Amino acid sequence: MRTRLSPEDVIRIVDKFDGNQGALISVLEAIQAEYNYLPREALKIVASRTGRSLVDIYGITTFYSGFSLEPRGKHIVSVCTGTACHVRRSVEVLEGFERHLSVKAGETTHDREFSLSTVNCLGACALGPVVVVDGEYHRRVREGDVANVCEHARQLENCVELTNDERIFAVQVSCPHCNRSLMTDGRLLDGYPMVRVTASFRRKHGWLMLSSLYGDYRIESEYEIPPGTVVQLFCPSCHAELKSTRICASCDAPMISLLVKGGGTVQFCSRRGCKEHMLDLVNEDATAV
Amino acid sequence: MITLTLNGLTVEAEKGSTLLEVAQFYGFPIPTLCHMEGLSPYGACRLCLVEIGEGARSRLVSSCTYRAEEGLKVRTASSRVVRTRKMVLELLLGSCPQSKTIQDLAAAHGVRQQRFRQEYDDCILCGLCARICEQQMMANAIGFRGRGEKRSIGAPFDIKSDVCRLCGACMYVCPACELRCTYTEPEKAICGGCANLSPPCVYADKFDDMMCFMNPCVACDIK
Ligand code: FES
Ligand code: FES
Repeated sequence: MRTRLSPEDVIRIVDKFDGNQGALISVLEAIQAEYNYLPREALKIVASRTGRSLVDIYGITTFYSGFSLEPRGKHIVSVCTGTACHVRRSVEVLEGFERHLSVKAGETTHDREFSLSTVNCLGACALGPVVVVDGEYHRRVREGDVANVCEHARQLENCVELTNDERIFAVQVSCPHCNRSLMTDGRLLDGYPMVRVTASFRRKHGWLMLSSLYGDYRIESEYEIPPGTVVQLFCPSCHAELKSTRICASCDAPMISLLVKGGGTVQFCSRRGCKEHMLDLVNEDATAV
Repeated sequence: MITLTLNGLTVEAEKGSTLLEVAQFYGFPIPTLCHMEGLSPYGACRLCLVEIGEGARSRLVSSCTYRAEEGLKVRTASSRVVRTRKMVLELLLGSCPQSKTIQDLAAAHGVRQQRFRQEYDDCILCGLCARICEQQMMANAIGFRGRGEKRSIGAPFDIKSDVCRLCGACMYVCPACELRCTYTEPEKAICGGCANLSPPCVYADKFDDMMCFMNPCVACDIK
């Protein structure tokens, strides 16, 4: 995730969609995946590059609650206020978060740690009241759990703050498009849950598990992937392609980008056998490789 | 050419024309609010409702967006249409009770009561301003933002638009926020729109086309 806007990057993202009129939402999603929000300047670039009016683009970004025009915090807390959660008092939970974080729904805390938002039904009504923090679902949340939930999110972030550490460490990742966690529950590798995605290459389409240890290249997959193959990876929940806008510096294949819990992205090359990878954290300007 | 029944009359209509156009051509009045010739139909105000079909399968559609079909049975003033239209007007009156256009329409259609809380909004989201800006002024400076109850009209980011030429077309078509200079008495003529201490519009003897919402005011430029 970047903190500074560079027009060239935005132009590159827009051009990837080849001026396809129907791809506007995908363009905006790609920009948001890069910056964590939609910077004003970026929207202007999209407008002039696609020949659409800024009004249309602004209308779309304000229509969908998935888009944010303001920088969001490291942790994104979404409280469900759908009907089922509402009758189970999600309003009190929301108020609890508002008090705990001293922000209103739709705002970000001053220290840029948390963004609080509401959603209308997450499709998990039986677990209500549901709160999603950085792609992780919390069930039956009561007002008294609020502090714990926030603390939990902060703790997970501490796991990744070892970036400058040479040792191998585990990351928790989620899909940059739908924000759902990609970690498996069952499959462990060296005691850490693996990352599960859908892979597709040469007309083959199946699951793929990656080691969640940063700098570890072990994978398991449904189909044998021959070395040198470029694979496309997809989110198993929303089926969006997990491609980033960057190109691998060593072999020119597209890089894959996943959100790291705690803020930032992890990027790695989509070519089997290529070892290019990097970790980009929001609060760090330098990229740790 | 297609044939359809309009209020019991068998009429012919050009293919692709809307029910509103057909009805107007044959002289059946249908009130409209968000419809304007030269702009794309939008179907936002629901004032132009007509009833189509028969018996239990009849339904209400907005005539400004519904295209004429072969053999369609259309009623423009059935009791259901009249009743619903009055309700629509009452609702519109509830959101913008101060609008002259809506008041006139309500009076003309015999709306004699107001059962809803009056909101004094200055917008009914008919989209006329956004459409005229896009389709006639080719500016695309304002449009819809947000969704649901947060839906509003305005320029992106709520800042002055780079493409707006201050032509005033949006204000001209707006049925809710008319800000024409209508006073002929000098002490009342100062609308505050131009913040000019001795506004020249005060001394003009006709105010017909002067509009003071613009910056700079058109009237101030008239010598
Ligand atoms: S209402 Fe909350 S998940 Fe459906
Ligand atoms: S004129 Fe047809 S809906 Fe407004």
